[in-house]
Amino acid sequence: MTETASPKMGSAEVWITGIGLATSLGEGLEANWDALNQRRINVDEKAFAPYVVHPFAPVNLDTQIPKKGDQRQMEAWQRIGTYAAGLALDSAGLKGNKEILGRMDMIVAAGGGERDISVDTNVLNAEAKGNAGPGFLNERLMNDLRPTLFLAQLSNLLAGNIAIVHGVTGSSRTFMGEEVAGVDAARVALARIAAGQSDIALIGGSQNGERKDLLVLYEFGDFNLKDKFAPVWARERHAGFALGSAGAFLVIESKAHATARGAKPFARLTSVVADFSRRKHPGDVTSTLENLWSKLGKIDAGAIITGASGAEPATSEERAFLTKHPGFAVRATGTSFGHTMETQFPLGLALAALSISRGALFAPGDSSGVEIEMSETPTQIVVIGTGHWRGEGMALVEAIK
Amino acid sequence: MTAAQDKFGRPVVVVTGMGVVTSLGAGKTDNWAKLTAGESGIRTITRFPTEGLKTTMAGTVDFVPVEPFSSTDLSERLGDLAAEEAVTQASIGSKGDFPGPLFLAVAPVEIEWPQRQELARVVGTTDFSYDDLLRVCGGGKFTRYHQRFLFGSVADYLAEKYGTKGSPISLSTACASGATAIQLGVEAIRRGEASATLCVATDGSVNPEALVRFSLLSALSTHNDPPQQAVRPFSKNRDGFVMAEGAGALVLESYEAAAARGAKILGIVAGCGELADSFHRTRSSPDGKPIIGCVRNALADAGLAPEQIDYINAHGTGTPENDKMEYLGISSVFGERTSQVPVSSNKSMVGHTLSAAGAVEAIFSLLTLEHQRIPPTINYEVPDPAIPFDVVPNKARDARVTAVMSNSFGFGGQNASLILTCEPV
Repeated sequence: MTETASPKMGSAEVWITGIGLATSLGEGLEANWDALNQRRINVDEKAFAPYVVHPFAPVNLDTQIPKKGDQRQMEAWQRIGTYAAGLALDSAGLKGNKEILGRMDMIVAAGGGERDISVDTNVLNAEAKGNAGPGFLNERLMNDLRPTLFLAQLSNLLAGNIAIVHGVTGSSRTFMGEEVAGVDAARVALARIAAGQSDIALIGGSQNGERKDLLVLYEFGDFNLKDKFAPVWARERHAGFALGSAGAFLVIESKAHATARGAKPFARLTSVVADFSRRKHPGDVTSTLENLWSKLGKIDAGAIITGASGAEPATSEERAFLTKHPGFAVRATGTSFGHTMETQFPLGLALAALSISRGALFAPGDSSGVEIEMSETPTQIVVIGTGHWRGEGMALVEAIK
Repeated sequence: MTAAQDKFGRPVVVVTGMGVVTSLGAGKTDNWAKLTAGESGIRTITRFPTEGLKTTMAGTVDFVPVEPFSSTDLSERLGDLAAEEAVTQASIGSKGDFPGPLFLAVAPVEIEWPQRQELARVVGTTDFSYDDLLRVCGGGKFTRYHQRFLFGSVADYLAEKYGTKGSPISLSTACASGATAIQLGVEAIRRGEASATLCVATDGSVNPEALVRFSLLSALSTHNDPPQQAVRPFSKNRDGFVMAEGAGALVLESYEAAAARGAKILGIVAGCGELADSFHRTRSSPDGKPIIGCVRNALADAGLAPEQIDYINAHGTGTPENDKMEYLGISSVFGERTSQVPVSSNKSMVGHTLSAAGAVEAIFSLLTLEHQRIPPTINYEVPDPAIPFDVVPNKARDARVTAVMSNSFGFGGQNASLILTCEPV
């Protein structure tokens, strides 16, 4: 990060110039846009019963990750993310542009840690049978784990793989921390470009929701949606979320940098704000969201795209906030895509930018009444990310004047 | 240019508090005494059985009790100890009210074997599937494990305890994480977003699976006896790194804010550089360009020429690969002066503290500036003729030091370098 002039604090306008989406609804902007407008949802209530998940819509990995060797070094979450990152670079017209990619910054919001389920199960069964001496775990792991699995588990290796496969080698940072990691990745990347510390950045994340080991973590807190799918706003009988599978990446850059290379923008990323409510008292999340809203900038009218998870009490508190802003059409991405955790906020940003660029908000995702039709052209869309447990964030995405 | 601004017109970023804990001990005083005495914190592992493992030693922190034990709990405890020391020294804000954001470098949090084994015991049968494990997870018996094993749990704990502002960030750039945490703090202060940041880096991950993971990548030394002699950076007979635990914490402030409240300035973060490598998931590009670029970026960011660096605190893991590449990178930038710049590796004594390393070693670099004494590279008995560094072999050395470069080169090709000085440059 070499700065050679006094940075003006927060002064550069930042545009979204590339979007890559690979989700349970399909790959690319057209497929996802069409699926949303057709109200299509891809859930599996059987393969992980009683849990409900949104499975990844298969893609031809070769088109974005040409080397089979690279594909084999990754677990599914990294393949999904590296694929979507490639789509974003294509969308921005940057694929193969070594000069720009070589200095492009990257902030990835990542989970990771995909287990080898069969190794874990075999170890636990053998131990249960009473066959395990003191060195048993060590020996089983040394013999049964494939050596490259660790690299496929490491959170920072999604960024590492994107660097290797796509040649993005400016700075490379990985944020962890569930939903708000996706907010902070956008927040910090935007702040750096606005202040002149960076010209162009790739931000985003990915999750593979078809993971029993991931279900375990959320089952500890009884957060998994069970038995039957229901839209996010219709889960009164059983709160919770259905794990989603998606990769969502965006290219953001300063207006000057975009204009100089003739890039066609989708929208402006005007502001991203985040906070950490201690959630000690009922209403804490609602008031935190209200506070964030006041920091976004001037909002006249528009829409809200939220990653509300369906978990409680966070979702009810968010609904209380939304009822205080009744003029805004709301869309919950958790209904259409499932809950993709770190990826939910980048997904929301992508859909906001896409909507603005197409001059229309996509169709409501359910019939609960929370999501209403919007006939006007949206020029301002607020993206909300409320963590199922902790973390709150918002962004203002605007049409370029 | 006033004292408050650097030569590029940016706010000068100063250090007003530091805290550290490693296998050498808790706190700056004990660590510095042992570091400069050339002592090693590497020991044979006693925390868990080591039968079947090729590497049986590590730089564990065993003097910090954690009950019930998990690597995540230990990492949190170490980070807390370091943060406590740093915030106390800085005497900033008030208890539970730190006037700025938290940047935490931490190893990816995950459910560990003891918890898996506990679930298996609850299942209670001897021929079960993963679905059977899932079936016993819910119903409220294990709600503490949901909170404990979220990726953000350690940062959330520290943010609540220290009362940091805004959304706390948990980050990873593998072995460069500690440096990246500092860099994020520097950037936030430079763009006027914060006048103070709490930068913490911690790693308490010595457990069976972590050891196996590195062992399967052939990255670890197997020189188990005596363990103190295992880490041999820049030596011809080096054979890998040694996992270690530790934490480092720094309070960073703008010079203006620190001066306004009369804080003692411990040092300056003059520059930060980074550059990613696209060559391989664990190996550096053979032409050294990413490391060279990273080092040059750091120097450019500080506005310094290589000649102005008095000491390099090396990444120096002691792997055959890293030490060779570090020499290539440094010698390409420092040219003929290379053999005259002292280059030593703290890892020879504290081992590789992984997610904490960049911060732990930044603190040791700042202590080097404070005491005008360079810690040695120990276990240097068989020099590698291909790496003719002055490694400050085996004994600490008094020296005039005004600017230090601290390097961290991580798995997945994430490289970071920091330039630390006593005075604004």
